[in-house]
Amino acid sequence: MSDAETPAEPAPDRGAPVVQLTGITKRFPGVVANSDVNLTVRGGEVHAICGENGAGKSTLMKILYGMQQPDEGTIAVNGRQLRLRNPQDAIKAGIGMVHQHFMLADNLTVGENVFLGAENLHGIGRVAKARLAKLAAQTGLHADPSTLLEELGVADRQRVEIVKVLYRGARIIILDEPTAVLVPQEVDALFETVRGMQAEGFTFIFISHKLDEVRSIADTVTVIRRGTTVGTADPKTITTRQLAEMMVGSELPSPETRESTVTDRDVLRLSEVRLAAEGSERNLLDRVTFTVHAGEVLGIAGVEGNGQTELVETIMGMRKTSGGAVVLVDNEGKARELTKLGTLARREAGIGYIAEDRTRHSLLLTQPLWVNRILGYQTRKPVANGQLLDIAGAREDTRRIVEQYDVRTPGIDVPAAALSGGNQQKLIVGRELSGDPVLLIASHPTRGVDVGAQAMIWEQIRQARAAGLAVLLISADLDELIGLSDTIQVMLRGRLVSEADPATVTPQELGSAMTGAEEGEVA
Amino acid sequence: MTTTLDRAESAGGMTVPPKASKRRIPGWARGVLMAVLAIAVLSIASYSTGVNTLTSTNTAQTALRLALPILLCALGGLWAERAGVVNIGLEGMMILGTWGAAWGAYHGGVWAGLLAAVVFGALGGLLHAVATVTFTVNHIVSGVAINLLGLGVTKYLANLIFAPISGNPRQSPPVPKFDTYSATGLSDWLGDLEKGQRVFISDAAGILRGLITEVAPLTVIAILLVPISYLVLWRTRFGLRLRSCGENPVAAESLGVNVYLHKYIALLISGGLAGMGGASLVLLAGGADYLENQTNGRGYIGLAAMIFGNWRPGGLLGGAALFGYADGLQLSGGGKAVLALLYGAVILLAVIVVIQLFRRQWLAAGLGVVGAGILYTIYWTNDTLSSDLIPYTAHFVTLIVLAVASQRLRPPKADGVAYRKGEGD
Amino acid sequence: MSSWRTKLLPPLLAIVFAVVLTAIALVISGANPLDAYGTMISQLFKGSTAVDTVNLATVYYLSGLAVAIGFQMNLFNIGVEGQYRFAAVIAAIIGGALHLPPVIHTLVILLVAVLAGALYAAVPAVLKVTRGVSEVISTIMLNAIVAGIIAYLINADQFGVQTGNNIHTEVIDPSGRVPGITIGSGQLFGFVFIAIIVGGAYWFMLNRTRFGFELKASGESTTAAAAGGVNAKKMTLIAMVLSGAVAGLVAMPELLGRDYSYGITSTQMYGFTGIAVALLGRNHPGGIALGALLWAFLDTSAVSLEQIHVSKEIATIMQGIIVLSVVVAYQIVKRADLAAEQRRVGRALAGNGRKGSSVSEGGAV
Repeated sequence: MSDAETPAEPAPDRGAPVVQLTGITKRFPGVVANSDVNLTVRGGEVHAICGENGAGKSTLMKILYGMQQPDEGTIAVNGRQLRLRNPQDAIKAGIGMVHQHFMLADNLTVGENVFLGAENLHGIGRVAKARLAKLAAQTGLHADPSTLLEELGVADRQRVEIVKVLYRGARIIILDEPTAVLVPQEVDALFETVRGMQAEGFTFIFISHKLDEVRSIADTVTVIRRGTTVGTADPKTITTRQLAEMMVGSELPSPETRESTVTDRDVLRLSEVRLAAEGSERNLLDRVTFTVHAGEVLGIAGVEGNGQTELVETIMGMRKTSGGAVVLVDNEGKARELTKLGTLARREAGIGYIAEDRTRHSLLLTQPLWVNRILGYQTRKPVANGQLLDIAGAREDTRRIVEQYDVRTPGIDVPAAALSGGNQQKLIVGRELSGDPVLLIASHPTRGVDVGAQAMIWEQIRQARAAGLAVLLISADLDELIGLSDTIQVMLRGRLVSEADPATVTPQELGSAMTGAEEGEVA
Repeated sequence: MTTTLDRAESAGGMTVPPKASKRRIPGWARGVLMAVLAIAVLSIASYSTGVNTLTSTNTAQTALRLALPILLCALGGLWAERAGVVNIGLEGMMILGTWGAAWGAYHGGVWAGLLAAVVFGALGGLLHAVATVTFTVNHIVSGVAINLLGLGVTKYLANLIFAPISGNPRQSPPVPKFDTYSATGLSDWLGDLEKGQRVFISDAAGILRGLITEVAPLTVIAILLVPISYLVLWRTRFGLRLRSCGENPVAAESLGVNVYLHKYIALLISGGLAGMGGASLVLLAGGADYLENQTNGRGYIGLAAMIFGNWRPGGLLGGAALFGYADGLQLSGGGKAVLALLYGAVILLAVIVVIQLFRRQWLAAGLGVVGAGILYTIYWTNDTLSSDLIPYTAHFVTLIVLAVASQRLRPPKADGVAYRKGEGD
Repeated sequence: MSSWRTKLLPPLLAIVFAVVLTAIALVISGANPLDAYGTMISQLFKGSTAVDTVNLATVYYLSGLAVAIGFQMNLFNIGVEGQYRFAAVIAAIIGGALHLPPVIHTLVILLVAVLAGALYAAVPAVLKVTRGVSEVISTIMLNAIVAGIIAYLINADQFGVQTGNNIHTEVIDPSGRVPGITIGSGQLFGFVFIAIIVGGAYWFMLNRTRFGFELKASGESTTAAAAGGVNAKKMTLIAMVLSGAVAGLVAMPELLGRDYSYGITSTQMYGFTGIAVALLGRNHPGGIALGALLWAFLDTSAVSLEQIHVSKEIATIMQGIIVLSVVVAYQIVKRADLAAEQRRVGRALAGNGRKGSSVSEGGAV
C-alpha cells in the first residue's frame, strides 16, 4: 500500500534530504530512459538537474511527479518511502510540478485554473480567493483572479502554474525548464521569486540545460547523461567548462580527415532574417545571416529550442519572415529571392528537405511508400506529369530509392508507418536527394534511427556534398555535426553567436558555446 | 518522437502580451442595457413606420413561445460544448423529445409528458456520449447519425403507438397542454399603458405584457434554466470541472478530474434539455400536438443561437430571443412588420456607426454605413417583403454575425477534439 | 496489412448489428423479423422496385460523392443539402426558360446546376478561408435559407407556375431531358450512366491527379502536407467548391429524367443521406456506390412492409443504426490495428535499438 496519503508536512530543516531517489530505472520499448539514477535533494535548496535533451531528465521528473512508474528503484519523500501512482499522490506528498508545456486552460480565469481539482481545499468562493491572493502576492502575480488566462503573458502564466502548485500545499516544487519560454528580464524576475520562496523554506528542483542559469540560481547541481546520473557538484565552485564536460561526456569523435569540397559558389544566402513570435516583440530569429556554398556542409549547433526549427521552417517558407532576405542560387548561377514564394515553389527551386519530425512533416503514415514518394514532388517528373500523377513513374522511382538507399521493406505498397524509423528516414533521404536539389536542408537527419541507417545517411550526405550540393545541417548530435560539417555556426536564442572550425573544435567547447557559457570564436 | 516543434509553436503562441484589461460592465447590466436598447430601437421603428405589431403583446407572446424550443436546445448545446463535445445531434434529441412529450402527456398528463421528453432526449445524449466519448467517433458524424436515428425511431414509434389512436401515423392524438397563468393586475395595467400610445413606454409595456400573460410553467422553467445553467456551470465546482473538460482535458485529467464522467453527464443533460425543447413544441397551448417534422431544424437553430451567444447563457438567451422574435413577428405581423424591423435595423446600424466613429474604427463604421444604406434602400423600395424569405431573417443575421465576429467568438478550446485518457503530454 | 479487415469488416459488422437490433425492435412490436426481412427482399423482384432502387441510388451516389470530396480533407460539407436544392431550382428555372436543341440544352442545364452548386458552396468556403467561420454552422444556416430562396423563386410572382395545389418551375422542354431506359415496368434514369462517369472522374481525380493527391495529403496530415508544399487555404476553397459542384448534380436525375420541373413538393434530405452514404462507403467511389444501393434498397423496399402491417419506418431506424455503428466499428478496427502496429514496432525496436542509451531517441551529446 502507498503511504502517499500523508498530508504535506512542513519541510524539515535545511540540509535534511527531502527527496531521495535510489536506483531508479525506467525502460521504454527499445530504450532505457533512466538507468540506476540516484538523486538526493535537501530541504530548502535549489537543486538543478542538468543534461542535454534526451538525457532522461523529463522522464525522471515524470516519475517523481507520479506520471510514470519506475521499473526499478525507490522514491522517498521526507524520509518515507512512497509509491506515487499518479500526480495526486505526488501532490499529497507535497510535491508540485510546473510543466514546461503549461497545464492551463486559456478560457478559464486565473482563479479557476488554480482551484480546478483542488476545490475540496477551500471551495471556489471567497475563502479560496483570499488564499489565492496571498499566494499571488508571494509569487509576484499581479493579475486579478477573474482575468481570463488568455490575457496573461507567458511569465504570468508561469506564475499561475507556480501558484497552482503552492495552492495544493506543495513544499517541493519541480520547475521543468522554466526559462525556456522567458526573455532575460523575466528569467531574472523568476529567479527573484525562487530565491524569496527558498528563504521561506521551499525546495526547488530546477531542470535546465542552460549552464549560466544553473550557476546563478542553484545550490547544488546534478548532471544526467545518457539516462543516468554522472555526478553532483556545487555550481559555485565548479567551472562552466567542467560542467559542460560532465554534460557532454569526454569521449571525442574521431574527426574525419577528408578533402574539402567547398567551392566559392554561393547557393543559399540569408541576410538579416528576422522572425517575430506571433503577437509579440520577441524575435524567434534575430538578424540571422549566413551563406552556404556549393559542396559545403554548414552545421548549426545549438541547444534545442533556440530557433533552429524556426530557421529551417522559415527557409522552407512554412513561416513568414518578418524581415531580411533568403536567396537561392541555382546551378546556372541564377539567384532567386525566395521570401515571397510558397513552400512548393521553394522546393521546385531546388531545395530538398529532411524535416526533424519525420512522422509529422515528411510522411503520410497510412499511405504506401510510393505515394510518399510523391509528397513535395507532386509537380515534377518522374512522379507527376503536369496536373496528372505518373503512378508508374512514382512506383518505379520508389523501387529505385528502396534499392539504392537500402530501405528494408517487403515492398513499395506497405504503408509508411510499417517501416522502422531508420528505413523511413532512408526513404526520405532518398526522396529529397532525387529532385536534383542544389540545397539540402537536413534537420536532425539521424535522430531515432539505428546505427546502420545512421552510417548510411551520413555517407549519402557526404556523397551529395562531394557532388557539389550545399547542405544545411541542424543537429543536436555534436559528433554528427563535427564529423560532417565544413563550418559550424552556433545558435543561441535565435541568433548566430559564434563560429567554429570542426577540424579543431571539441564537443566540450561546442557545448559551452551552445549553452551561452562563452561567446565569440570558439576555436 | 520529438517535442521541439510543439514547444516552439506553443512558445510562439503564448507570448501574447497582456492586454490592457478594460473595466467591464457586469453581465446582467449589459443584458439589461441590450434589452433597453432593443426596445428603444423597436419603439422608434414602430413609431416612425406606424407598424404597431413590432411591439404588440401578441408579437411578444408568439415570440416567446417560438423562442422556447430554440432556447432549450441552445442550453443543451451549451452544456455539451462546454464539456468539449459538439452536439449537432440536438435536432434528433429534440425530435425524440417531441414524441416522448406527447406519449407521456397522453398517458399521464403534462408533467409526465415533460419527464418523458427529458428522458427520451437524454437517451439520445447518452448515445452521443457512447459514440464520441467512449469510441472517439467524430462529433459531427455521430450527431448527424443521431439525427437520422432520432427521426427514424420517432416515426416508427409514432406509427406503432399513435397511429392506432389518432388514425394518422404522422400525428399524435390530442394531448393535454400546460395551463397558463397571467399576472392579472400587472398585465391589465400594462395593457392600459400599451393602449396609451406613448413612445417607448407603450412599446415596453406591450412587450412586457406579452411576456407575463398566459405563461405556462414550462416557460418559466425554461427561462429559469438560463440562470441555473449559469450558476451551475460557473459557480460550482462541478461546473468548473465540467468546463475544464472542454478547455483542456489533459490538464483536467492531470489535476484529478474524471473527464469521461463529466462528458457523459454533460451530454445527458444536453440531451435532456433538447428533449425538453421538444416538449415545449408539444405541450404549450398554441403549439401543435406531436407532428412529424414539427421541429423543422430548430435543433440546428438552437446551436446557432448558442454560437451567436458566444457559448454563454446570457448570450444564447439573446440569440434565442432574436430567432423567436423574427419568427413571431412574421407570424403576427407579416411582411409589413418585417419591413418595419428592417427600418429598426437601420437605426441600430446608425447607432453602431456612431459608436465605431467614436472609437475611430473607420472600417467598421464604413461597413456599417454601407449596410445601413442597403437595408434602407430595401425598405424604401418595397412595400412589403416577400413572405417566403422572412422566416430566414435570423439565419441571415447569424451568417452575418459569424462573418463579422467569428474571430471574436470564444468557443471552448477543446471543443470537438477527441480525447482519450492517458494520451496527453 | 489487414486491409480487407479495415475496409470490409466494419460495414459488414454494422449491417449485421443493425439487422439484429431491428429484429429485436420488430419482435418487441409484435412482428416477425424473418417475415419482415423476407418481404423486403422479395419486394426487390416485384414491379419496378429494382429499377426504382437503382434510380434512387443514383441520386444518393452523387450526393455521397459530393460529401466525400470534403471528407477527404476533413471538411464537413453538411451543406450538400442546401447546395443541391439551390442548384436544382436555378437549373430548373433556366432549363425551363431556354429553348435549345437537344444535348446542348441538357448540357447547359447541367452546367448551370454545377455552377449554381459551386456558387452556393463558395459562400461557406470563402467564409471559412477568410473569416475562419466553421463550415458546419454556416452550411447549416445556408441549408435552412435555401428553402426560403426556393419558395421565393418558384412563387408565381417570380418564376413559378401554379398547377392545382403545387407550385413549380416551368416544365423543361423534351430537348433538355435525359431519356430513360424502360426495363420491365420501370424506367431506369439515363442519368445512371452520368453518375457512373462522375464516380469514375472522382476516382481519377483522387488517385491520378496532383489535386487529388494534395487533397488526400491534407486530410491525412496537415503538417506533412504543409511541408510538402500544399497550400491549405487554397485546398479548402477548391475542395468545398468542387463538392458543391458535384452536389449541383444531385437533383438532376429526377429533374431531367422524371419530374422536368422543380416544385415545393420535391424531395429533400438527399444531402443528409449523402453524408450517411459517404460514411458507409468510406469515401471510396465503389464503397459509396454500395452504400447508396443499400440505402436506396432500404428506402424503396420498406414500402412493402405495410403489407404485413409493419411500420416502414423500421428501415429508417435500420439506416440510423447502420451509420452510427459503422463509424463506431471503423473506430474500433482502427484502434485494434493501431495497437497491433505498435506492438509490432515495439518488438522491432527492442530488436535493433541501441541498448542502454537514450541516444537513439535524442541524439548523442
